[in-house]
Amino acid sequence: MLTYDLEAEGLRGLNSSLQRQTIDTNQNNWEVVNPKGSHAIAVGLDAEIEVTVRGSTGYYCGGMNQQATIHVEGSVGPGVAENMMSGVIIVDGDASQYAGATGHGGLLVVKGNASSRCGISMKGIDIVVHGNIGHMSAFMAQAGNLVVCGDAGDALGDSLYEAWLFVRGSVKSLGTDCIEKEMRQEHIALLQDLLARAESDAKPEDFKRYGSARQLYNFDVDSNTIY
Amino acid sequence: MDSKIPRTVPIQSATFTKEVNAEIRRAAATGIYDIRGGGAKRRVPHFDDLLFLGASVSRYPLEGYRERCNTSVTLGTRFAKNPIKLDIPITIAGMSFGALSGQAKEALGRGASSAGTSTTTGDGGMTPEERDHSTKLVYQYLPSRYGMNPNDLRKADAIEVVVGQGAKPGGGGMLLGQKISDRVAHMRTLPKGIDQRSACRHPDWTGPDDLEIKLLELREITNWEVPIYVKISGTRPYFDTALAVKAGADVVVLDGMQGGTAATQDVFIEHVGIPTLAAIRPAVGALQDLGVHREVQLIVSGGVRNGADVAKAMALGADAVAIGTAALIALGDNDPKWEAEYQNLGSTAGAYDDWHEGLDPAGITTQDPELAARLDPIDAARRLRNYLKVMTLEAQTIARACGHNDLCNLEPEDLCALTVEAAAMAQVPLAGTEWYPGKPGTGY
Repeated sequence: MLTYDLEAEGLRGLNSSLQRQTIDTNQNNWEVVNPKGSHAIAVGLDAEIEVTVRGSTGYYCGGMNQQATIHVEGSVGPGVAENMMSGVIIVDGDASQYAGATGHGGLLVVKGNASSRCGISMKGIDIVVHGNIGHMSAFMAQAGNLVVCGDAGDALGDSLYEAWLFVRGSVKSLGTDCIEKEMRQEHIALLQDLLARAESDAKPEDFKRYGSARQLYNFDVDSNTIY
Repeated sequence: MDSKIPRTVPIQSATFTKEVNAEIRRAAATGIYDIRGGGAKRRVPHFDDLLFLGASVSRYPLEGYRERCNTSVTLGTRFAKNPIKLDIPITIAGMSFGALSGQAKEALGRGASSAGTSTTTGDGGMTPEERDHSTKLVYQYLPSRYGMNPNDLRKADAIEVVVGQGAKPGGGGMLLGQKISDRVAHMRTLPKGIDQRSACRHPDWTGPDDLEIKLLELREITNWEVPIYVKISGTRPYFDTALAVKAGADVVVLDGMQGGTAATQDVFIEHVGIPTLAAIRPAVGALQDLGVHREVQLIVSGGVRNGADVAKAMALGADAVAIGTAALIALGDNDPKWEAEYQNLGSTAGAYDDWHEGLDPAGITTQDPELAARLDPIDAARRLRNYLKVMTLEAQTIARACGHNDLCNLEPEDLCALTVEAAAMAQVPLAGTEWYPGKPGTGY
């Protein structure tokens, strides 16, 4: 394992080194020490490497990740895994706002809680939060799966498109055009897989599923007072 | 009634005009606001309200056809390893595949490239055709993040973080179901045929301090190689420009209310934002106050139509301009040769702006394969190239007449204003005077 001291060697050196890695190199395991809340750690990676961050990070950790597995042994600031395309990001602690925003693919696991707007505008990413999520989560979520083992805050799934939302605990309120939907076998199977990959022992049968009522897909004068 | 008694002549209201009344009736019948494309159509103070003074005894001109007048401009010199060098200071503004047909996007790329300038993606991502046909392509980074991915980001020659658009400051994109074809839906990860109304705010940052960190992330992902533009609408140009600079922008793109859009509410286009003319000087003032005028370049858009407009924008302090609507007209938009079809759509050539319906007879603002096939990308590109060349020649003509050997040397002192309003906005003297409203030291 290669050790990179972020405080001593700087952000540019870290990201340029990680972005240069390919599967053909033998430098597939990295640890980042002294992150000290720095922003944009391990962004733009595009190789099947493993990066362990020993501490907490600032904004946009793992932004636009492709293929890499990033493990944060701490909490993360806003926008972790934003626009992730593939790969895995695991956060041992809590996540601030916009976790997994606009992500197209891959898996984001938050073992603590996630703040507001978790999964905002998600486009195919899978997100599993062991704890609770804040308000306006999955706002305008287009595709992918958001799994919440705890509770969800206000306005879950507002203006939702085709993402699937699974919540085990309570939902403070549903957003506009978001409704509870039937849990079928395909959803149970999907949840089983995601929970296992996220190392959660929650049971799929304990979750409720929420999705789009599809009433806002095309303009209707009689719908415009629901905002 | 005695027919010999004079009667009051019917008087049409200046407030409730025929157009206003028609819109009231349309709204009452449909329950939906008017949606259209393009920019503000109302008369607002504009570049036409300015004149160049030209050379005289106090200045001497350059020979029109013999003495060189530079038109090139380099954008992104502040932080990027690879600034963009353009042969002409006229760029093509962001317009999406989805709003425009693939043929139109290809034509914009081909035309801009052959004229030595850049073109720009839009809300919907980058298409291979667009990349392949554009020598210099600016990749827009928008609130929706439709089609956004790091691979395309790294293919771009510059990144434009869109905060605002002159046609709809504070509003998000709109693409109605008629244009959400299979390909457009796939690129945007949306169900086919929905009315797409995208977010007005970026999903993962909210203010200028966040924006600074977002720009850091984008630079880290792209190895600090390409310039990052920040596009703002003409609303509070002094503060927005200053904050964009503070956040780390290489280039500020300033879009006034005449700047076009693919589709939004007419009330938004006509009633939100300020004219391009009014926005330039405050933006330039912010750059000057921060000591970065020319280090951070300013691109101005919104109603730029000819070389005079280019020269006037640059004289007021811009480094370059961007054109959208004018470029579409050069490609063939609103061409009178389609008049019969415009009439069938309830419009007329020159006024057709229902771009959101996807029925454009010119094949430009459509996703209908048969209509789109009407536009030959190579012919259309040639027209755009010609138009860009003409604009450049016109701007050079004016610059030489004012005694400048570089378009960037045009300055406010070359200008005067025809109206008090334009004088106040452009901060140049009313023609024949030394005065403009708010001139320092005049007391009023």
